[in-house]
Amino acid sequence: MSLFRSRRAIPYLLMAPGLLWLFLFFVVPNVQMLLFSLSEGTLRTGFTTPPEVWDFENYTGSLTKFSANFSNSIVFGGLATILTFLIGYPLAYAIAFKGGRWKNLLLFLVIAPFFTSFLIRTISWRIILGNDGPFLTVVRDVLGLVPANFSIIGTPLAVVGGLTYQFLPFMVLPLYVSIEKVDRRLIEAAQDLYAGPWRRGGLIAGAISGGLVAIALQVGLGYGSLIGEDAAPAAVLPLGVIGAVAGGLVGGLLISQAFIRVTLPLSLPGVFAASILTFIPAIGDYVNAQLLGSPKTQMVGNVIQGRFLDQNDYPIAAALAFLLMAGILIAIALYAKLLGTEELTGGRA
Amino acid sequence: MTAASPAVGMDGPGTGRRLWAFADRWLLKLFTIGAITYLMVPIVVMIVFSFNDPVGKFNFVWAEFSLDAWASPLNRPGLADALWTSIVVAIVGTFIATILGTLIALALVRYSFRGRNATNLFIFIPMATPEIVLGASLLSIFVATATQEPFKSIIPPGIFYPLGLPTIIIAHVMFNISYVVVTVKARIQGFPRHLEEAAMDLGANEWTTFWKVTFPLIRPGIVAAALLAFSLSIDDFIVTNFTSGLVNTFPVWIWGTIRNNLPPQVHVIGTAIFLIAVGGVAISTWLQSRGGRTVAIRPR
Repeated sequence: MSLFRSRRAIPYLLMAPGLLWLFLFFVVPNVQMLLFSLSEGTLRTGFTTPPEVWDFENYTGSLTKFSANFSNSIVFGGLATILTFLIGYPLAYAIAFKGGRWKNLLLFLVIAPFFTSFLIRTISWRIILGNDGPFLTVVRDVLGLVPANFSIIGTPLAVVGGLTYQFLPFMVLPLYVSIEKVDRRLIEAAQDLYAGPWRRGGLIAGAISGGLVAIALQVGLGYGSLIGEDAAPAAVLPLGVIGAVAGGLVGGLLISQAFIRVTLPLSLPGVFAASILTFIPAIGDYVNAQLLGSPKTQMVGNVIQGRFLDQNDYPIAAALAFLLMAGILIAIALYAKLLGTEELTGGRA
Repeated sequence: MTAASPAVGMDGPGTGRRLWAFADRWLLKLFTIGAITYLMVPIVVMIVFSFNDPVGKFNFVWAEFSLDAWASPLNRPGLADALWTSIVVAIVGTFIATILGTLIALALVRYSFRGRNATNLFIFIPMATPEIVLGASLLSIFVATATQEPFKSIIPPGIFYPLGLPTIIIAHVMFNISYVVVTVKARIQGFPRHLEEAAMDLGANEWTTFWKVTFPLIRPGIVAAALLAFSLSIDDFIVTNFTSGLVNTFPVWIWGTIRNNLPPQVHVIGTAIFLIAVGGVAISTWLQSRGGRTVAIRPR
């Protein structure tokens, strides 16, 4: 009862145990990892840490040595974020605005993958996309769309596909929350004020963004020409044109001005939160690259976990982890500037 | 999925209008069905392949139907232990994280105090940190307690290193606290304060008010947070992989075994967990719809 006597202390007392836990097992560990990242030595030899040595070579050296892994992470994580957005936004929109009595069931189905293990979901994709799996059996053997030696497992396509699947719910849920919050009366008002289909603007904007996305996908997936000889740069242009046509059709015919002027801007905080929630785990993942990729598709996460857990090379691994963190913070800052939103914590709207 | 409201956002007549109506009515619906199917396919594959009798060591290619794996779901070295560890970690970790996180959420919503915004931001940071960084930093500190000063002389050996059950639980509580705070906070924002004031006016002290009025009202939020924490904990792989040492949880066991083989038992356990989770959600939804009147007071 004495607890309540000094009222001003109550919030601090309530928070103390939890914040202490986070301090001891989140803040202190990161400080220790920072020390390791500037150290020399291995688990066996022992570590020489600052202030005795300040080994910044761990950072500069690993940045050059593992630049391929960093670019893999950025390209795969970025592509997966774009793809989850392209799938996730219409899905979230459909659930929020057209869900009707199916709304709860649809939301449940979106999170249903979380009821199975992350690893088992990835293994499922390995089964589906495998050389003797159902997908290639249909596409290659039955339809004959790809050459006999075509495989998906081991390519960037498989890794990006896996990442896209894994983090789709992370994209859909925040988007759903923000689209659901959009005041329908504003849309009606826009329509009353002659907001029609977004013909010309939609055609141009859709064509440009569709083309860019298609080119980005093609460049990203053919990246390092790992898909094989079929992925020659010549395919970039036709695919870009196809993307542009598709984008133009969607933009010119399907998207209304009310959507562009009201719904989309009002859901931007959700877009921001959702893409960050997708991008962060995607860029730091190593499970998909390990189970679906090849040695060439290894991401930074693979190197970090290998250095920490197999080679016990803590200094390099810790430096890599901080470089990953720094990259994420830079990406978030740029993105926040781009979208012009301060809704980082998604708090008070 | 209701039919189109009369031509959303249309002006003049013509083919455009008809296309629009068609798209509004069918395209989005078809897309939704496609996207949901995409989300379901790996789950279906998991269930189907739990009935496979694979040729060779890896359950990657369909061979023939078999109930063998279902008849002996734990018949793999270390699998039962790993599953048991997963359950213990999830229960203990969820319990601790739910209490710690709920207390923080109460403080953040119910009181205005110096440093509240900073605390909100601080709670958000672990959620915005990739799991691999969380895991790697915890591994760093746990190892440092055995190798580095000043930890080496302060902390008795054997608590944090070698790694094991305690370090896994510590890690899971750490990453779950933020999720609990956010979930409970969302539920108690807009809490009907006048009910508490009424209780106090009627002579209840703060303690009684809390247990008789506040707690029952925020209980759905706490339950939701605990369920979220439990599901994050039982499925966690990345952080656990860094903090488990030689102890296996179910996901870590899969990761270890897949280097040499992948028995269909993995899919059997996965399917069983999936069915239990879906059943749990179904039951809790049913219970909630029965207790509809208490839900009605729940702030939106």
